[in-house]
Amino acid sequence: MLAGLARQGVELPSACQAGACHTCLLRAESGDPGEDGRRGLKPTLAASGYFLACQARPVTDLRAAVAGPDVITPARVERRWWLGPRVLAVRVRPRQPVEFRPGQHVTLHRGNGIIRVYSIANRPGQARRDGLEFHVRVYPGGQMSEWLAGAAPGTGVGLGVPAGHCFYLPGQPAAPLLLAGTGTGIAPLLAIAADARAAGHRGPVTLLHGAAEPARLYLGEHTPPGLAGAGIRWRACVQSRGEDIAEAAADELAAQPDPAAARAYLCGGRGSVTRTKRALFLGGMSLASINADEFAPAAAS
Amino acid sequence: MVMTSDPRPLYDRLGGKPAVDAATEIFYRKVLADPVLSPYFDGVDMERQVAKQAAFLTMALGGPNHYTGKDLRAAHAHLPGIGDEHVDMVIGHLAQTLRELGVAEPDIKAAGAVATSVRDEVLGR
Repeated sequence: MLAGLARQGVELPSACQAGACHTCLLRAESGDPGEDGRRGLKPTLAASGYFLACQARPVTDLRAAVAGPDVITPARVERRWWLGPRVLAVRVRPRQPVEFRPGQHVTLHRGNGIIRVYSIANRPGQARRDGLEFHVRVYPGGQMSEWLAGAAPGTGVGLGVPAGHCFYLPGQPAAPLLLAGTGTGIAPLLAIAADARAAGHRGPVTLLHGAAEPARLYLGEHTPPGLAGAGIRWRACVQSRGEDIAEAAADELAAQPDPAAARAYLCGGRGSVTRTKRALFLGGMSLASINADEFAPAAAS
Repeated sequence: MVMTSDPRPLYDRLGGKPAVDAATEIFYRKVLADPVLSPYFDGVDMERQVAKQAAFLTMALGGPNHYTGKDLRAAHAHLPGIGDEHVDMVIGHLAQTLRELGVAEPDIKAAGAVATSVRDEVLGR
């Protein structure tokens, strides 16, 4: 449906076009968008007529509107600060609590149809206290990111419904956990790792942060203070030093006492996620134990 | 050892879908680790690929499948330079996978024969 509309000259906001990011969420006012468009949506959303334009193949006439205030929570920018070159931390306080699982992502709405997807970097308890935290890569001319970099505290934004399947599930508390993220893909992994420990996960937890060059390791070379004491191993992988995150992840897997029992969480750009997934699979992991969240570039709008 | 005196198809004797899903991962891992075959799988969606491999194994093991020559032709048509040697390698990895799972040689041979029966579709002949 998204492609069909684009052919008619109607450009909807979209990003992943794979049903994951929920940027293209629409609500049917009349007609049936069909089952494909509802797959993966929260049942409450689907029951209210919501569907994803990128997945929907409606077979009947359909009247639809963009997601409205019933699913977009008004929020305010509370604080923002630089974490490193071109990486901004932004805390956003919603008017009502937004429920999510650590590791999920949410659409951020600037208004005038500008929507971007960000992973949530903190956990629900922290988010209730401090607001939801995002790590935002700031692109020159970025319609959301550069605007956020200049947004004064108190600036109004909207938050969509958190989505995504990359989160910790209790069970097998002794399994090794491998979390590998490139760029700001590390942000949701911080939340997942902390969540696993808080849920009593006692197996080894390893976080790998991939960056193109040393300056882009915006959390530093070593375990960030927030995770110190949680027994989390930290490994920086810098491309310009010849360190490859997929190889490093495979090394870490091979060093585990029971690699076949490991569970992995991968976030970041498609290329590195795909290569890391393949390396872990070849290292003996089942695909079912690998959770991946690929960051899709925003479609030009 | 998977018994050959049992008259059911190998698919059922191995343990049906769950067993074939497990065998698929072993098989796919061998294919991906093969330096000649692996470049053909660069950039493919692994979950989708595993589903296709499972369909292939299901067919080769005599299980319920909807594999058609048309699908096979379309799926391999864009792959540059594939030939009989690639098909042989894939069948070799299938045989080795089954061997590791304790399947007897006559059954491995039979599975290989089913796999080789679609060779012309795969190679677009």
